Amino acid sequence: MTIILAAGDMHLAGFFQERLFYPNAQPGAGAMILAALVHVALLGAFFGLPAGVFIWAERKISGRIQDRLGPTRVGGRFGWLQTLADGVKLIQKEDLAPAAADRLLFRMAPYIVVVATFAAFIVLPFSDGWVAVASDIGLFLILAIMSLEVLGVILAGYSSGSKWALFGAMREAAQMVSYEIPMAICAIIPIIAAGSLNLGEIGQMQSGWFFANWLVFHDPFTFMAFFSYFVCATASCKRAPFDLAEAESELVAGFLTEYSGMRWSLFFLAEYASMFVVSGIAVLLFLGGWHIGIPISEVTTPAGKYFLNLMGMFVFISKSSLLVFVQIWVRWTLPRLRIDQVMMTCLKYLIPISCFLFFGATVWPLLLSAIFGRTTVFLDLVDKNTIRSSVSSRIDRIPGRSMMSNSDTLQPMSVDATLIVKRSE
Amino acid sequence: MSGEHVLFSLFAISTCASAVAVVVSQNIVRMAFWLIVSLGSTAGLFFLLHADFVAATQMLVYVGGTLVLLIFGVMLTASGPYLRLKIPPGQGIMAAGIGCVFLAMIFVTVVAVDWNETIVTPDGFNEPGAGNTARGLGLSLLGFRPDKDLGAADGSLSTGYLLPFEIISVHLLVVLIGAAYLARAKRRVASTDTEN
Amino acid sequence: MGEIGLKPYLLVGAVLFVTGIVCMASKRNGIGVLMGVELVLNGANVNFVAFSRYTALGLDGQIISLFVIVLAAAEAAVALAIALNFYNNHLTIDVDRGNELRG
Repeated sequence: MTIILAAGDMHLAGFFQERLFYPNAQPGAGAMILAALVHVALLGAFFGLPAGVFIWAERKISGRIQDRLGPTRVGGRFGWLQTLADGVKLIQKEDLAPAAADRLLFRMAPYIVVVATFAAFIVLPFSDGWVAVASDIGLFLILAIMSLEVLGVILAGYSSGSKWALFGAMREAAQMVSYEIPMAICAIIPIIAAGSLNLGEIGQMQSGWFFANWLVFHDPFTFMAFFSYFVCATASCKRAPFDLAEAESELVAGFLTEYSGMRWSLFFLAEYASMFVVSGIAVLLFLGGWHIGIPISEVTTPAGKYFLNLMGMFVFISKSSLLVFVQIWVRWTLPRLRIDQVMMTCLKYLIPISCFLFFGATVWPLLLSAIFGRTTVFLDLVDKNTIRSSVSSRIDRIPGRSMMSNSDTLQPMSVDATLIVKRSE
Repeated sequence: MSGEHVLFSLFAISTCASAVAVVVSQNIVRMAFWLIVSLGSTAGLFFLLHADFVAATQMLVYVGGTLVLLIFGVMLTASGPYLRLKIPPGQGIMAAGIGCVFLAMIFVTVVAVDWNETIVTPDGFNEPGAGNTARGLGLSLLGFRPDKDLGAADGSLSTGYLLPFEIISVHLLVVLIGAAYLARAKRRVASTDTEN
Repeated sequence: MGEIGLKPYLLVGAVLFVTGIVCMASKRNGIGVLMGVELVLNGANVNFVAFSRYTALGLDGQIISLFVIVLAAAEAAVALAIALNFYNNHLTIDVDRGNELRG
């Protein structure tokens, strides 16, 4: 699916078609495959490098929290290349599979998890317009694709043929599936404020002076939703204090018990990449995306735009890394929850809290428009009409739309209070 | 051979081959795995058909929800790794034969009909970005049909799909309560009559 | 070569449908029968979405397939609850053993 979504970027495919193949034709298979390969290579770099850096960061930070040094030997005083050394060690290990294991499923399970996590990078925008596939339902796609990880975990646990693995996998699957619900609800709360599922648009909407337009400060419900989302995201990444799957003191290693060498490292690559993805989503939805609070006005030169986008990408990666740092910090600070406490937290606390926040976020614009006559507390410092007009031009693409006679009287419909306000006039 | 053809062949072969593998496998967990592959490839076909929202819903609800449920059911009703529920080979061959006859019947019908009279490509469905159906779908579930609503000559408004949406919400609530009640923990029937 | 056209999608839908029916008819494991039902519903979905893309059905086909997906999930939940009850009572999931009401 990576290939189809990446090959949907017709601009890059058209570029290749112009330069390498017959120009002035629809991009054929060759150009699309080249475009897809470029995207895959870039995203592969983004998938592997954060994981490598975060593994090193985790060991260093956990060391410092536990009053020791962490890796200090490989690559200088701070052990920069420790991850590389670990990777080399893991690659040259023997490829074991237990005798009682189901061969096909044992081999397939790490790939399912890696594919699920990697495919989420496709719709993640790193800067303004820097996204592999600018999908109009980006957030929904990410939630859908990341729900595939559960299947990889279950198959890994079952096919290992050992009871520790099976118990760990069942607990883990129950936890991940349960936490998808409050995570999705809390992810939708800023969507109510923003009015679009397109992650690129949500990022663009949060430009402006300092933090006034960041969706975390949009209303008190999104503020609380940020923390709730972060807790659910930590749980769905199987990180402590919710890491029953890898509970070293209880289940040997949970569903990873029988995995060694490269397959084990694939699981961990996927875990750190999914930590980055959920942090990236939190940054995009709540913390302003790639903006740092200084609105830089129209820069017309392509080089200037490129430089600004590059800065934006570094800002985005730094913010996501900050959230990953918070996840690492929480892991080594808090004790682990029991499985019944994990499920109770989800079902008895987080789901009612997220439902209440959802209801509040829906009612808030109505309340504000009744009291103040406008729907946001801060004045719109970004011309939201330009974003809305681009949205309404996409409404014209609804099939059959051009069969209508008076298409220019259609108001841009957004699913927030303005629609209801307009209808009541 | 355009890219779309390559992708379609890939997804179609994956879907059909893994669907056949579901039938042919003897191990129930492998059947579940092949079903995952089949449903995931169907989502790929939906992406090709410019139905992005339906494809994402398929992944989220079907593969990430219903199949997880099925696998949990498989684990909870497992009857040992060496016990295989086999059907007599005669019945297997008869089922395969009837399936082939049925398939041939449908194939012949599909190929024989001239579809060109019904094929109408709605405007806006051939460009990149045409899969952005989420707004239209959402509005129709709220009761507005932007493609059939405004500009109607007699001023009548079609009501969209608001009523089925509400019915499905209540239906899901009923199913949730019913399934939770049915599957509540009960004491299992003792497997042996004598106890030492 | 142009676009793909309606027929190949209908054929894929037909294969899924027939495979699902054969799976329903030939499996002794109750969960296997459920997997056949999922395949059948999937075949119908492919049909709906293909017609929505190529004919004047438009968005209706996609909405219907959304409803089909949701209903299939609901039906799988209830069917699994019944299967679990059956397993708890008979300690087997073999559907051939479910013959207590046989006249």
